[in-house]
Amino acid sequence: MNSLLDARGIGKRFGGVQALKDVSLTIRAGEIYGLIGPNGAGKTTFFNVLTGLYAKDEGEVVFAGVPLKLGSPHEVARAGIARTFQNIRLFANMTALENVMVGRHLRTKVGVGGAVMRFSKAREEEAAIRRRAHELLRYVGVEHHAQKLAKNLAYGDQRRLEIARALATEPKLLALDEPAAGMNATETAELRTLIEGIRADGVTVLLIEHDVKLVMGLCDRVAVLDYGIKIAEDVPDVVKRDPQVVDAYLGAGHG
Amino acid sequence: MSPRHRAFAGTALIAIALAVLPLVVGNTLGNTWVRVLDYALLYIILALGLNIVVGFAGLLDLGYIAFYAVGAYLYALLASPHFGLHWPAWAILPLGALVAGFFGVLLGAPTLRLRGDYLAIVTLGFGEIIRIFLNNLNQPVNITNGPKGIARIDAIGVAGHPLAKPLEAFGVTFPGVTLYYYLFVLLAIAIVFVGIRLQDSRIGRAWVAIREDEIAAKACGINTRNVKLLAFAMGASFGGVAGGLFAGFQEFVSPESFGLLESIMVLCMVVLGGMGHIPGVILGGLLLTLLPEAFRYGAGPLQQAAFGRVLLDPESLRMLLFGIALILVMLYRPAGLWPEARHRREFAEKK
Repeated sequence: MNSLLDARGIGKRFGGVQALKDVSLTIRAGEIYGLIGPNGAGKTTFFNVLTGLYAKDEGEVVFAGVPLKLGSPHEVARAGIARTFQNIRLFANMTALENVMVGRHLRTKVGVGGAVMRFSKAREEEAAIRRRAHELLRYVGVEHHAQKLAKNLAYGDQRRLEIARALATEPKLLALDEPAAGMNATETAELRTLIEGIRADGVTVLLIEHDVKLVMGLCDRVAVLDYGIKIAEDVPDVVKRDPQVVDAYLGAGHG
Repeated sequence: MSPRHRAFAGTALIAIALAVLPLVVGNTLGNTWVRVLDYALLYIILALGLNIVVGFAGLLDLGYIAFYAVGAYLYALLASPHFGLHWPAWAILPLGALVAGFFGVLLGAPTLRLRGDYLAIVTLGFGEIIRIFLNNLNQPVNITNGPKGIARIDAIGVAGHPLAKPLEAFGVTFPGVTLYYYLFVLLAIAIVFVGIRLQDSRIGRAWVAIREDEIAAKACGINTRNVKLLAFAMGASFGGVAGGLFAGFQEFVSPESFGLLESIMVLCMVVLGGMGHIPGVILGGLLLTLLPEAFRYGAGPLQQAAFGRVLLDPESLRMLLFGIALILVMLYRPAGLWPEARHRREFAEKK
């Protein structure tokens, strides 16, 4: 398989704290790639650097064969990386439908003139945005909440809505930051089905997760971060037995 | 009647009411009040422009009047004896929109990383800078004529007829203020139309998204810099048009018309009426122009009748009541008198 994303030597410091040190990893097209690690290991920092929210200090990322313009979230989204947030960030006072429609912004282009004059092109585009948004809501299973305000959706539905909004940007890589956090077993199982479906539809998935069972069952390959350093990267079965990983998770000297 | 017919009938009724209004007001209350209506319309146009920046995109701008000043001075310089130029209004007004829009981008660009209070302070400073420039650009080369202002500006002409002159038509004499009223109403309607269409488009959604959560908006691929600058530019260009109309209507401009208090007044119209809600903003503009005028003319005689003498100077009474009204509205209707549903929810959340 060819690689979709190549992160090389990513480093990030916050003052004196080295949050990420020389992190290199490769995500192959079509796989579900897990990024795990204890609390504070730098998973979300890596996410934020990758998606442009934080400026990196070192390293580079090549995505789909082109260098990624790090530090510019909308350019990263345009290149084809969409993300969700650990602490859900929906547009709370917009409806579920509107949230997904905002996700189409990037792939549509009607400007002020078109918006004001509503030429047939603009009307068609608007209708297409609406149609696609409905499709995506149905895809993640919250279409019956289309007209509800995002903030009034149940927690699990908010997670799904955020995924729908991310998918609206037509990503090649969908990056999910702890999507199962706070979910019960049933919801987690449904989420797993959804993520597998997304991959089956041709979107590569990068998953940060605390739920080790979910990651090990779902991911094709897993990387482990500890204190900002990548300590392992392999298929789940190998990673699970890696002594360094066991140390990181269970504490050195265990067993 | 089908809904379509009903909508049509409703529109026709409003159109007739707007057309007849200045004739009725002029014949009952006098042309002074038609002039007040004209000013109300100018303020409505201004408030609608500021509403794009503050209401839609959520960027608190306290220097908005600067763009009004840019539009007004552009008109004054291009259609007055000051430079001996006499361009027609239909050429200056669109140019005013463009130039003001350019200034909107120019002043907006350095503020892109700021939000809330910080943005307000910086825009306040920019607004004052423009006014101070206008006040002092009379030397070494006299461009703005300094604090004396520019006088004898050409009236706005439509089809060769300067609107300041009365017009005889259909056996009725339309005074200048009434003609201006019609022009302002038409432009206000056009601007309402633009505002509604923008709000209900992908651009309008992007503005709301930025207002709701800027980081999420960025992650969704919205180029927040461009979208914010667009809001500044659109808002400023509305202000520029209003400024041009103001200059042609008054036939005189001077820097003192563009002080901080004016910016605050327009902001009050937006906030009092209901941020982000076009009908609310129109209501805010109307109330804040008409009520103070009513006080100006009514408070003196009313006190005379009630107490036999004038106890409180109408001018200070006006500001006093204005202050009380603002406090009451902020206490009891923090989202404005006629808020947009979404904003009402946002305010409910913050409580």
